[in-house]
Formats: sequence, C-alpha cells, structure tokens
Amino acid sequence: MSITASRPQDLMGLSADEYDTILEILGRAPNVTELGIFSVMWSEHCSYKSSKKWLKTLPTEGPQVIQGPGENAGVVDIGDGQAVIFKIESHNHPSFIEPYQGAATGVGGILRDVFTMGARPVANLNALRFGSPDHPKTRHLVGGVVAGIGGYGNCIGVPTVGGEVNFDPSYNGNILVNAMTVGIASTDKIFYSAAAGVDLPVVYVGSKTGRDGIHGATMASAEFADDSDEKRPTVQVGDPFTEKLLLEACLELMATDAIVAIQDMGAAGLTSSSVEMASKGDVGIELDLDRVPRRESGMTAYEIMLSESQERMLMVLQPGREDEARRIFAKWELDFAVIGTTNASGRLTLIEGGNEEANIPVAPLVAAAPEYDRPWTPAPPCAVVNADEVPAADDLGDALISLVGSPELCSRRWIWEQYDHMVMGDTVVRPGGDAALVRVHGTGKGLAMATDCTPRYVEANPIEGGRQAVAEAWRNVTAVGATPLAVTNNLNFGNPERPEIMGQLVGAVQGIGEACTALDCPVVSGNVSLYNETNGKAILPTPVIGCVGVMSDVAKAVTLDFKAAGDTIFVIGETLGWLGCSLYQRQITGDTTGAPPPVDLASERKNGDLVRHLIADGVLTACHDVSDGGLAVALAEMAMASEIGTDIGATINVSTDIPTHSWLFGEDQGRYVVTTAAPEAVVDAAATAGVAAHAIGVTTVSTLTLPGARPISVAEIRATHEHWLPDYMAAG
Amino acid sequence: MKARIHITLKSGVLDPQGKAIQQALTGLGFDAVEDVRQGKYIEVELSESDAEAARTKVSDMCEKLLANTVIENYDIEIVD
Amino acid sequence: MPAAVIVFPGSNCDRDVAVALEAATGRPPAMVWHQESSLPQCDLIVVPGGFSYGDYLRSGAMAAHSPILRTVIDRAHAGTPVLGICNGFQILAEARLLPGVLMRNASLKFVCRDVDLRVERTDTIFTSGYATGQVLRVPIAHHDGNYFTDAETLQRLEDGGQIAFRYCDSDGNVTADANPNGSIANIAGILNAQGNVLGMMPHPERLAEALLGGTDGAAMFGALAEAIAA
Repeated sequence: MSITASRPQDLMGLSADEYDTILEILGRAPNVTELGIFSVMWSEHCSYKSSKKWLKTLPTEGPQVIQGPGENAGVVDIGDGQAVIFKIESHNHPSFIEPYQGAATGVGGILRDVFTMGARPVANLNALRFGSPDHPKTRHLVGGVVAGIGGYGNCIGVPTVGGEVNFDPSYNGNILVNAMTVGIASTDKIFYSAAAGVDLPVVYVGSKTGRDGIHGATMASAEFADDSDEKRPTVQVGDPFTEKLLLEACLELMATDAIVAIQDMGAAGLTSSSVEMASKGDVGIELDLDRVPRRESGMTAYEIMLSESQERMLMVLQPGREDEARRIFAKWELDFAVIGTTNASGRLTLIEGGNEEANIPVAPLVAAAPEYDRPWTPAPPCAVVNADEVPAADDLGDALISLVGSPELCSRRWIWEQYDHMVMGDTVVRPGGDAALVRVHGTGKGLAMATDCTPRYVEANPIEGGRQAVAEAWRNVTAVGATPLAVTNNLNFGNPERPEIMGQLVGAVQGIGEACTALDCPVVSGNVSLYNETNGKAILPTPVIGCVGVMSDVAKAVTLDFKAAGDTIFVIGETLGWLGCSLYQRQITGDTTGAPPPVDLASERKNGDLVRHLIADGVLTACHDVSDGGLAVALAEMAMASEIGTDIGATINVSTDIPTHSWLFGEDQGRYVVTTAAPEAVVDAAATAGVAAHAIGVTTVSTLTLPGARPISVAEIRATHEHWLPDYMAAG
Repeated sequence: MKARIHITLKSGVLDPQGKAIQQALTGLGFDAVEDVRQGKYIEVELSESDAEAARTKVSDMCEKLLANTVIENYDIEIVD
Repeated sequence: MPAAVIVFPGSNCDRDVAVALEAATGRPPAMVWHQESSLPQCDLIVVPGGFSYGDYLRSGAMAAHSPILRTVIDRAHAGTPVLGICNGFQILAEARLLPGVLMRNASLKFVCRDVDLRVERTDTIFTSGYATGQVLRVPIAHHDGNYFTDAETLQRLEDGGQIAFRYCDSDGNVTADANPNGSIANIAGILNAQGNVLGMMPHPERLAEALLGGTDGAAMFGALAEAIAA
C-alpha cells in the first residue's frame, strides 16, 4: 500500500507542523502504519491536545487519592484496605451513528478501564443528552441508547444504578452518551500500565481482532493506491458475554502475582495500549503481528494496530508465568497469545511476515504529542434577572404540574426499568433518588454516586456552571448521608478551534477546579469530548461530573421519599428566589435568560456538612437536594416517592418577602429539603453550624398544598410525572 | 458443504417482535402489510460430502439446539 | 454439602443466590462449574440467573446442553429439589425439565422492577414458608420472561396444581395490568409434575434482606433450608 495524497498527513488528520515533527523524530518519512500510529496517538482523543493546558490546573490530589488522572481510572482509598476505582467516558459520536452498539460499547469500554486496574465493577451510571423531543431522530436515539446501555450492563451483570437525561435542540445532531463505572479493589492489588522490566512477555487476551472501528473519519477521506476494498465498517459491536468472561479471567489472574502491567485496548486499540505501557515503563516493545489473534484474513499491519475491536486486553507478565495465565484464559474460553517482548531499545517495533513494519522511538512519540494553547474568549456576562421580571403563573399548582410533567423533569422510570439495577445484591438506594447507594459487598459500608451537569447554566456562565456541576453532584452524594471523596469529569464541548467554545471549556474547568478545591473533592479521572457540533452549531457546554462518596454504615442512609404524616419539613440553606436561567422561567416564557444562580462554595460546604451530620445522628426521615425546578419540584418529588397507596404530601406555610413564585421555583444553590420527627434537633444543629434552616411546613396525608397553589393530590402529581416519557416513546 | 437453516415461530405462537415490525412498517406507510413473522437464519459449514447425511446431521442439530421445537419450526437447505 | 449452585459462563446471579443460601443454611453452597460432569453431595440444586452463553441463540438454550445439565436432569428425575431462577428457569425449560418456553417480553423491553406475586401452592418444599394466596413482593429483571405453552399443557398445569406463582396486583388479583411480560395466565413460576423442580422468573434472592428493600424472598430459602436439613 502506498500513499498517493500530495500531502500525506492529510490522510490522517495531522497538521503540516505535526507531520514535520514526525519527520524529525524518525529522521525519515513514515510509512503508512507509522503515520497511522502517530495520527491516533496525537489525535484529540488520545493526546488531549486542546485541553491539556487547562486540565493541568485541576486539583487532583488529596490524602484519599491513591491514583489521580493518567491511568485507566482514578483510585481512591475507602478505608479497611479497600479502594474505589472509577471513571466516566464519552461515546458520543458512535452512539449517534448506531445508538444501540454505540452506547453498548461505551459501557463495555468504561467497564474495562475499571477492571483493568484490578477492581470488580459494582455499579454503572450514565449521563445522556438528546436533541429536542420533536426532532425526528430523537425517539429512535433514546430507545437505542437506553437498550444498548441495558443490553451490555444487564448481560455482564453490573447494576446500572443512576444517571441523568436532558433534552435540548443543541444536541439534535450530537447526542451525548457518557458512561461511568465504579469498581472496588484491594489497595494492595491495584494494577497499572507501566511495563517496567525488559525481556518480559507481552500477552494479548480477549476477543480476536477484526477491522472494527478503524480510523473511521480519516479513512473515509483517504485515498489509497491499491486499495479497492469495500468500505470498512467503523461501528464496533459489543459482546458483553465475552467481556464477562474477560472480567472473570482477568480478576482470576490478578489474584496471582503474574501480572507486571495491564492495559485495555480501547480507542486506538493495540497502538495506544502498547505505546502507553512502553512509555510508562520506559522500555521498548517488539510485537510480532503474525501472532495477533484475528477474525478476518488479509489484515495489514496498519489495520491490526488501529483496529478498535472490543473486549481485548494487553498484558505484560512476569517471565515464566505464561502457562499459568494461559490456563486461566483457556478455562474462560478466551484467546491468549504471547505477541511480543519488552526490551531496552525504547522503541516500538512491529514485525509482520519477517518484515519490520514500524520502528518508532516511544518517548518522543508520547512527549512530542502536540499541546495547543488555543485562543479563547470568555463568555460575555449575562444580566441578573430579578424575580419580578418573570411573571407569576395564575395558579402555581398548575405551573408545578406542567413542570413535573415536562420532558426535563418527568420520571425517568421508563429508562431505568430497562436497566438491571439490583444484580450483585448490594443496591441499597435504587435509581430515582439523589444518589444511588451500593453496599461494599460483605461489609456495612456503602458507596454513594451521582452524575450531574446543568448545561444551560454552563452556557450562561461557564465558571458558575462548572462550579454548579460539581456542587450538585457533591450535594446529591451528601443527601443520602455519604461523604463525597472525589469526582470524575467528562468535558463535552463543541469545536475548540472556535475561541468562544474554547472560552466555555476554560471557564468550566476553572469553575470545576474551584469547586473541587473548596469541597475537598479532587478530580481523579476524566475524559474530554470536543468537536460536538453540526453545521457550526455547537452543543450546550456539558461538563458532566460524576461524584463518588463513602458511607460507613449504609443502614443510616436516608432516601428522598416522605415517610409519614406529621414530620416537620425544613429547608436547609437560604432561599432568595433566583429565577434567572430556571426551568420555571422557561416554562412560563419559553426560554431561559439571565445569569444562573451563583454557587457560594463556603455555604455549599457548610450546609452539606450539616445535612450529613444530621443523617449520621439519625435525625432526618427524608432528605432531597434542591435543584431544577426549585423547592416546589423538590417537595413534589418527595411526595411522589412515598409509598403508593399510602401517599404522603405536605402542607407548606411560609411568610417571605420575596414573590411566592420565586420562593417556590427559584433555583438557589446549596439547599436541601429535609423532614424530621425531631425539629428541635435540626434547629439546634443548624444554629451551632451557622446554617440557615427554616421550618416550612409538615407532611400530611395524600395532598400537596403549596402557597399560591391549588391543593394537588399526590396521585395527580405522580400520574403527570410518570406519563410523559412512556407516552412519548410509545408514540413512535 | 453448507447448510442454510431458517427458524420460524410456529403459526399460532404470538410473535411480539413480528408485531412490532408490522406496526413500524404500517407507520412508514406500507399499508398493504397484513402480517409479519420474524425468525432466525443460521449458516453451518460442514465437512460432509453427502447431502442426505448432511441434512440428517443438521436436522439433529435443530432438534437438539438450534430450534426450540415447542414454539419453532425449522427448514433446512443444503448447498454445495 | 446441602446446596449446589451451577455456574455457567455468563451466569451473574450466582453470587447473589449463594449469599441468600448461606444466610438461610448457615453454610456456603458448592459452586459447580458447567464443565463438571458430576455434582457434589447435595440436597438442593440451584440454577441461577444471568446470561448463560450471552443468551445467544435463545435464552438458556446452550446452557441446557452443557455437561453438568445432564447430571442435573438425572438428579431431578431422582427427586433432588431443583430451583431455577430467571435464566435458570429458561435453562430448565430448554432442558425440558419444565414444560413451556420463555419468550421475549410482550413490551420487547428488558424490565427490572418489583412485582407482586400470588402464592398458588404452599405444599411444596419451595413455598411452605408462605400462606396460600399470600402476596409477595419480589423483583423481576429479564428480557425473555413471557411464559408460553400450548392450551393442552396449560390445562395440565392448572389441573395438576403446577403453577406456583402468578403475577398479581397488590391485593392479589390476577389482572392483565399486573402482568409485566405477557405471560400466559400471568404465570411467574411453575413446578414439574413431581413438585421437586421449580422455575420462576422473579428473583427471591434479591429481596431477602430488609436493607435491600424487602424480605419476602427470604422465606423461600428458609423453607428450603429446613427441608434439606430434615
């Protein structure tokens, strides 16, 4: 195969400068295999070339952090010799092309990132963004993505316990599918990717290699002289059954001390995994491509190195342990092949049919990866919208009903009932609440987890929106009673070559960093997805935060549902009636305008610490964070979650000098609604902590009575809340 | 020698997937669709030169594994 | 060793049911790999949920032809109690230890949620911890739980008292609305004619602990523990 394009770098999406650097590194022109390797290693996806400068500013350390960003996933100490390992990753573009397989392989990829490090995955979450409900593709995409996430997670037997979904026209041509996996490992059995040591066997395990997903976009625009082959499929197909076998086989082998290093073959497959291992271990690797198990005949070195076939791993073993490892993989009926060795050359050498197909020095390949300081312009400030600039609805109860029945706030039951959220037998708090809570198997401890982002806030003010995404995830984990430990982030943005998009990224990263520092919740892993735009129209900036917290006694966890009539209801945190950028504003005026609610990180922390303390002391009977739709929606959600048949509502009485509709629907941050049978305990603790805690009413039987609103039966709210999504999906 | 096997639901057995396909086709404006039944198609490569022997073997495969004869019928075509 | 759990490639509720069995019997069950051809000494065999062989071809079809299943079938015929849960039920049906088949859910979607079940028989070793007509809350989690059999077999099941559980509403009424998957006659679990083999789609092992949201499943394991200890 020879290259016929006039500028060969055009084939692979490299710039002229980048190509010159390659010439310098090699001292000669690269062949097509080498060019492919440089191209994928220097792609935005693998090199983070547009975002690296800013990612470096994020706080990534803390006494709890065992491993921050840079490995397959972040590792955080949870005590008792155990660690939680987690990461979120996007599979946006593949999911738009083929929603079922795109979402499924997204789940498969993030699961591998976590079990590669020695953890047994215990929970999956996801953050999804779809286009407008009336866009012709949306229904099909929702159905396919949800089925794909379920299809993979259900089969492999890891519960999908939480997530979030938004609809917005900006995602019409670029949906977002971000998948997160949380796993548990022993702190003395964590596996890394550094292939330290020479003359060690390099082993390939898992599925066979096919032509899946090779270099999709760049291949399509390339011209090869003697290549008349049919267009290759670029959609990878997930095989959760094989992944389940791979998971069990890897964990079985990890129980021995045979593994030196291990790396999953994700994006850029064998290329990135072998380069990563060699680079981190400061060694060379020689691979004999003839030994790579493959599914199709006639594959070239280029295709083998760039294939993104799923369910594969690369390992470096202790010498002499190959047979022991081979036996384990044979038991699980998986391919196992010694395909190379480490050496002292510091080079990646590929041999095929006795010929050298590539010879690249590893250190410059990694170190010379481009890093851009892309020009950026800060987002223009938005004016603050006063509460009285947003009209009050005639009846605030009707406004509440239309909000809870809207695409944005309606029940997601149709989605999470398609996910097995109970397998593994440790799901203590199921989907539908603030955070999911999963018990650490065999202990009384638990891990709370949630994903969050409010893209309309980020668009209006990237810094404030970045802060808010972290604060809300932190608040959700706090609301069940857990102590947030760390976060993972998935930065989804448009084209970074546009200064205003780059400005969104810079602002959001700044806000995330500030919030993570203030809340002692460092970033331990993450993923960046750029170029999410169609015809020059970018998605809303969507920096998704996944937060994980620990709870020493899951029996003390509190859920959001009202438990019994007669409990006193408090709002923790100050209510100022911030209607700018709120869902109420959009419901009434058709759009959101103005600045988003500011996040006061000091009170955020103080309020959350109080709530956690009250839960630990057993004072609270229910707790819910206040977010989209404000207090009215939070109260409605607590009522709807009460046991069907014995509905519990609330009667709310407040005297406030702000407009009632802003009190009910304002989206001021840092707030929780809690219920208690011991109101004095709440008052006292809040006074001691210096936190605002206002008693606003009591729980009652079957009806929700809000100021300025007709009394509404809990059954009516629930019916409205439940019907939008199933009706919408059935209408196709 | 290759066997082509079609596995279909027996008539009378409800086929929810077929029904969904039919609804989708009708939704797309194909209003002449009266019924849709879906099934499976399986190809088996055999190291066998006698067509009858091949058919017997594949038939046995269908009875034992490939089809669930409680609800499914199978149809075998042997090709060279 | 009182109980054995069969593990196939792709089983994923094997640990969950082992936890429930250990809680009830006080000792961990034997975990038996599908390639074994013999079972250890045991008085109860459990075929757990999951996606054996990925549920490729048909749910349970390939597991039903694994080496260990021949032994399970022999033991079932000899009278050893066999409990198949979810994929385990699909496997037992494919192995013809139980009549009928589990087809794709009528909704065509995977469904995971708590359902109400009416106990139809209490004179079996599986259900002796329940009262007749008692309504249990137990989760389902399956894509292929739509029980189907021909009219003649259904009549035989009804006449022979082989229906163990039916989907019902919270008051015990067997209604179409309470049917989560389209199963004929709202069937959630059936027994063989001898009464020693039970297949059920719901997962009693998932609600056998108050902390996880309910304990209705625990009585099944309690009853089994008592029966096999006696």
